Amino acid sequence: MKLMDLFRKKGSGEVAKDRLKFILVSDRSNCSPEIMEMIKNDIIEVISKYMDIDPQGLDIQITETESEGGNGTVPALFANIPIKDMKHRPPR
Amino acid sequence: MSEVIVITSGKGGVGKTTTTANVGMGLAMLNKKVVMIDTDIGLRNLDVVLGLENRIVYNLVDVVEGKCRLKQALIKHKKYPELCLLPSAQTRDKDAVTPEQMVELVNELREEFDYVLLDCPAGIEQGFKNAVAGADRALVVTTPEVSAIRDADRIVGLLEAGEMKKIDLIINRIRMDMVKRGDMLKVEDVCDILSINLIGVVPDDEQIVVATNQGEPLVGGSSLAGQAYYNICSRILGEEVPFMDLDAKKGLIGKLKDLFKK
Repeated sequence: MKLMDLFRKKGSGEVAKDRLKFILVSDRSNCSPEIMEMIKNDIIEVISKYMDIDPQGLDIQITETESEGGNGTVPALFANIPIKDMKHRPPR
Repeated sequence: MSEVIVITSGKGGVGKTTTTANVGMGLAMLNKKVVMIDTDIGLRNLDVVLGLENRIVYNLVDVVEGKCRLKQALIKHKKYPELCLLPSAQTRDKDAVTPEQMVELVNELREEFDYVLLDCPAGIEQGFKNAVAGADRALVVTTPEVSAIRDADRIVGLLEAGEMKKIDLIINRIRMDMVKRGDMLKVEDVCDILSINLIGVVPDDEQIVVATNQGEPLVGGSSLAGQAYYNICSRILGEEVPFMDLDAKKGLIGKLKDLFKK
């Protein structure tokens, strides 16, 4: 059975799970994919003023994190921004 | 101490009314005084699922508008005299009742009954707000499908924003054969995604259709769904009941086959 699994493609249950996770992130944050895209582009623009980043590798998402006050989870915006070169046009 | 429980889901057709009928009857079997209120004004169904449709005289809206006394509108179940139904009005709209009126009604029923169950309509509008207003606790019903889970998540968000004290999840109509094949979301996946406490898993069972046809909820019977509902009732009372093995349906031959597979 295990060996068979290796050759089988992803079950539709797994597909449903992945899709739901993505859907619920935007549902819960009240943020449409369009707005997320706009936020992403603005972040690229701002950070690019100070350093060389890889816009293709940039990934942002709204998830949940443990709040600092220790009272449960709070929504958080995570951004993963790969830097190509730190010494790019330092601001005056 | 009486408890007011709303059964809700967001999406329609996932089994709110069936759940209300079975949980209501199960609690009555466990010797509790129970009243079920059908809050789906305009689309009443709880009466039919319970087989009480021929005995309706007054309804929820009549009570709220003072056209009759609360006692007059309550229908006693044939088999369980401690189990009552307050039916919904079929020819009125959801806005015939306000959340304040529901709170008042529910508080009056608390005096008489151990459990007040509110069968919530689908959607998140007025009908939902009415049903949720007087509740201490919510049972969120979902099926292992993307659309139902998405709506359930939205409902949980609204319940949390409304400071519902206790929210539990019922996963309805699961098919273990499909789960095994990888073509249906697993119980753990659904719990993971919704991250609320699981209080019951009810398998997809033909007997539910038969029971609804006959107007006799199957809780407490020998069917898997009947057992699952009975377990939910025990858990509502605070008992620790292990989740049952839903594969047990196979019978002796199936079990033997499993033995050889291992």
